[in-house]
Formats: sequence, C-alpha cells, structure tokens
Amino acid sequence: MVDTAATPYAVELRGVTKRFGDTTAVAELDLGVKPGEFFSMLGPSGSGKTTVLRMIAGFEEATTGTILLDGDDVTRAAPFDRAVNTVFQDYALFPHMTIAQNVAYGLKVRKTPKAETQQRVAAALEQVRLAHVADRLPHQLSGGQRQRIALARALILRPRVLLLDEPLGALDKQLREQMQIELKQIQRDVGITFVFVTHDQEEALTLSDRIAVFNQGRVEQVGTPREVYEFPQTSFVAGFLGISNFIAPEVAERLTGESRAITVRPERVRVVPAEVSPAAHETSVVGTIAELVYTGPATRYIVEGEHGLRIIAERHNDHAPTDTAPWSRGDRVRAVWATEHAAVVP
Amino acid sequence: MTTTASKPLSTALYRSRRLRLGSLLTLPLVWLVGLYIVSLALLLATAFWRVDPFTSKVTPAFQFDAFEQLLANEAYLSTSLRTLGIALTVTLLSAAFAIPLGIYMAKVASPWVRGFLAVAITLPLWAGYLVKILAMRVTFTEEGFFNSFFGVFGISGPGFSQTTVVLTLTYLWFPYMALPVYTAIRQIPVNLFDASADLGAKGWTTVRTVVLPLLAPALIAGSVFTFSLSLGDYIAAELVGGATQMIGSIIANNINLNPPVAAAFSMVPVAFVVLYLLATRRTGALERM
Repeated sequence: MVDTAATPYAVELRGVTKRFGDTTAVAELDLGVKPGEFFSMLGPSGSGKTTVLRMIAGFEEATTGTILLDGDDVTRAAPFDRAVNTVFQDYALFPHMTIAQNVAYGLKVRKTPKAETQQRVAAALEQVRLAHVADRLPHQLSGGQRQRIALARALILRPRVLLLDEPLGALDKQLREQMQIELKQIQRDVGITFVFVTHDQEEALTLSDRIAVFNQGRVEQVGTPREVYEFPQTSFVAGFLGISNFIAPEVAERLTGESRAITVRPERVRVVPAEVSPAAHETSVVGTIAELVYTGPATRYIVEGEHGLRIIAERHNDHAPTDTAPWSRGDRVRAVWATEHAAVVP
Repeated sequence: MTTTASKPLSTALYRSRRLRLGSLLTLPLVWLVGLYIVSLALLLATAFWRVDPFTSKVTPAFQFDAFEQLLANEAYLSTSLRTLGIALTVTLLSAAFAIPLGIYMAKVASPWVRGFLAVAITLPLWAGYLVKILAMRVTFTEEGFFNSFFGVFGISGPGFSQTTVVLTLTYLWFPYMALPVYTAIRQIPVNLFDASADLGAKGWTTVRTVVLPLLAPALIAGSVFTFSLSLGDYIAAELVGGATQMIGSIIANNINLNPPVAAAFSMVPVAFVVLYLLATRRTGALERM
C-alpha cells in the first residue's frame, strides 16, 4: 500500500514510469501540482508531457508508480471515475451533437435533472461568451469558438483538476494570445487547478504559476516562470526557454576565471565598439557582427567572437522609427554584459 | 517554348462539355435505362395483364385481377409479413455482429489481426452463393455437424426452418454490413472515445450516444444491402427453410403458372424497400451519407 496520508497537492505523481514496448516515455517521475495553481508542463514533442497528462486523465495506465488526486490513489482508476476533465488538442467535440448538447454531455451522463442541466449549460456558455451558438453544430464554429466550447464542456462538471492538452496549438497567433488571456481569467474565476501541456515556451511563461520543463521523459526543472527563465538549472532549460547564450565551463573560465557553465540572455547583452574596454564588473567578448535580425520590437545581433563563441545580443528598438540599426554586418564590436547578470548553470 | 500538338480528339473533349458528358454517360445510361428500368417496367406492366382461365395464355390488358387475388388470399399477406420479419431480423443480427467487431478491428486490434479479420470477412464473398447455402445445409441437416456436435450436450439444432433461413441469410449478407460499419468506425477520431470517457461515460453509454449516431449512415448503407437482398431471396428458403415460404418462393412458383400474380407480388418487396428508404430519410441520416 502506498502512503496516501495528507498530501499538499491536488495532483501528485510518485515514481511514475510509462513504457510503450521498449521505449520509455516517462521515467521515474515525481511531480506535485498545488491546489488552484496554473501548472504547465513544457517540453518538445516526445518529451513525455502529453503522456503524463493522459496518465492523470486515465487514458493511459502508468507502468509503475502512483498517481494521487487530492490524496486518493487513482493510478488504476478509469477516466470516468476521476474528478478530472480534459480539454483536447483538437477539441474532440462530438460532431453529431449541437453545442448545447456537447456542453451538456457530462451532466446528461450523470443523469442530472433537466432543469439544472439547462441552467448550467446556459451559464457555461455565458462564461465563454458563446450563448448565441448553442444550437449550432461544431463544424459551423471557428477554431477559437470550438476551443471555448471544449473548455465549457469540461468546466461544467466542476472538476478538481482541469487538464489541457496543447489547447491553443491549432489557433493562429493573434487568436492564441487573446485566448491565453481569456484562459487565465477563467482559471482565476473558477479557481480550479489547471494542468496545461504546451511546447510553446512563451505561452508557458505567460500563463503559468509554475512550469515543469520536460526533456526525454524526465523533468529538468520545476519553478515559477521567473525561476526557470532567469535561473535555468540545466543547459537544456536554458536553451529551451527563450534564446540563451550558453557558455561552456572551459570557455567561461577564460572569460571570468571561474570554470562553471554560464548562460546569459540576449536582452542583457549590449553591443559596443570593440575599442571600448569593459568595466570591472562586466564580462565581454570581442567579435564581428555575423548577422542582424530585425524582429519588429527589437533587433538581434549575432556576434561571432573569440573562443568560437556566438553571442546573441538583443537591442530594444526604442530609437526613432526612421533610424536604422547602429551596426551593420562585418563591424568589429564587443558584446558586453554585467557579470552578475549571467546565471550559473549547476 | 516546346509544345506538343495534342491530338484533336483530346482537345475537343477538353473544350466541349457536352462531348465529355456524352462519353461519360452513354454506356451507363444505355445499361440503366435500356436494360434495368425498361425490363422492370415491363415486368410490372405484366401485373395488369389477363390470364385466360382455360388455356393459361397471357394477353396484354389493363385489369386488377392479379391484385385482387393477392388481397383475397391470406397466405400472401402472411408470407409478406414473414419475409419482412426475416429481412429485418437478418439486418438487426448483422448490425449487432458488425458493430462490436468493427470497434474491435478499428480501435483495439493490432494491424496484423485487423488485416486477418478484414480478409476473413471478405473472403466468403468469393465463394459462390449456392456453395454457402449448401454449407449451411450440411451444417443444419438432421445428421449434420450442428446436431452431432451439440447433440452431446443435449442440444438439437433448428433443422430446416425459418431460424435456419435467418442464420443463412445473415451468413450470406454479413460482409455487406460489416465493411461499411468497420470503415465508418475507423473514421471516428480516437479522442472522441477519450472525451466521452473523460466526461464520465462508461463503454456502453459511449457506444449508444457517440458511436451509434456517427455510424447511422454506414448502418443504413449496410442495411439497404442486408434488407433488400434478404427480401428478394428465395433459394435459402427452399434449401434450408423446410416449409418456410418467402415472397420470392411464391413469385418463383407463379412465374410460369400465373405471371400477372408473380409480377404483382414483385411489387411488395419494392414497396417495402421504398418505405424503408423513406423511413431512414426521416431520421436525417441519409444527408450525412
């Protein structure tokens, strides 16, 4: 028997492993999601994050280990016996049911009285601002609308935990950003624990209270967006979240005198003329500008320098719109950052 | 620029819509109108012809004697209802077998098992119709496989009876139901099953509320085959039915003796099929076909 004594977590995984034949999708995973938090599982495809979500939902069974929901062991429980609901990547709305019927499905299965069902469906549709499409069929809705219906269908059951499997993946960028805000608002309103799977680091940073970064079936780091972005614990995390200049220990030793891997974000790197010598508290690399990338709000400079380093510096375009970049390709420059702005990778 | 001069015929076909339609439709239309519809119409016209009571000679006329005979004789009515019952039972049995098998093949079985089952379902289609009925005859005859095997447990088979006719027709037409149903189940996204379970539905509820409605077009397509083929069959009744008579048996018996009655009675299965199609159209499933 596993010890299911009071756990502070809404969802807890203890030593969970999932194997498909010879491949191990998830290895010896320990993870805890706190009640009411917006928890993201971030990682590249094939990193095991969706498998973990499917095990929490009950679609997959853990090969070994224990999954607890509010302290109850649900490792072997069927999906219909778990107080969790899922929003699927491609929405999984029932194509032959109207929107109202889709949203009412879970209540109907539970034989909820008609009057209550009607009232709750109306409220759920109101919450996602789609009361006017109640009688339409899913294929008559846009992607963003279907997304919101999938959300309403899952939330109407008032689950302990809502699982979201890349729910915004199929939407275009603008709609996606709008939905992110909406999702966050809804989560705050209903106060339900959200477990959110995504491969989009920006999305994870924007939405989450905490993020677990997955790689090859393991969790590399768990922390607040700020923690994982500013203090990556591994080179993978440093590279996966945003752009990062990763400097290996042997090169770092020559720059700073300390043989520890460091990482510094492009927005903390300045580009100055090569002749300008850095201040005492600064680290710098001399090189030539190999590439300029204009991204709208910022311009990225790729400096190829000593020790075979490629340093990316990002400059906010806060100058007059008519001004062009102060540097061009081939310029000899120095990439400089405050030594304490570089994070040490343990 | 290199251009190859196309053949004039290809160009003409490409440019002229009429020529194109003509070349597509001439053959099928000759077949459909010339042979299929005209011969059916001729058959139905025979229903109104006259039979000379003394010489049994049939002469063209327009009278309703054949229909009056049909209505007067209760055997015709009971045979019609029996045939309808057999056709409906065969259809329901085929669907009842095809749905779980299709779910297993499409969503559970490994590719190898799936391929094996697909062959197992379609292979009997290659065997002759009579061969299959004779196989059932051998199985259910007095000293046949069924009785000698199950007789040990004190169970005796249905012999040659209406039950055996239903079993035989189900055996014959099952592939026509199984294939469209299997294809339709394959097209149901797996995550609809997941979503249904996630929202609290157990297996049977999911089948009833998600799978069956999505299968309706396939079930109707399959049932048009199983229903109409059963409705028109008479050889199964003759070879494994014992005393069982179906509409086809009576038509076959009358085809030489009294062609107008045979023709008039032929309209009954046609009417059943038309009614069946109208009923399915009301469900709205045909639009999603």
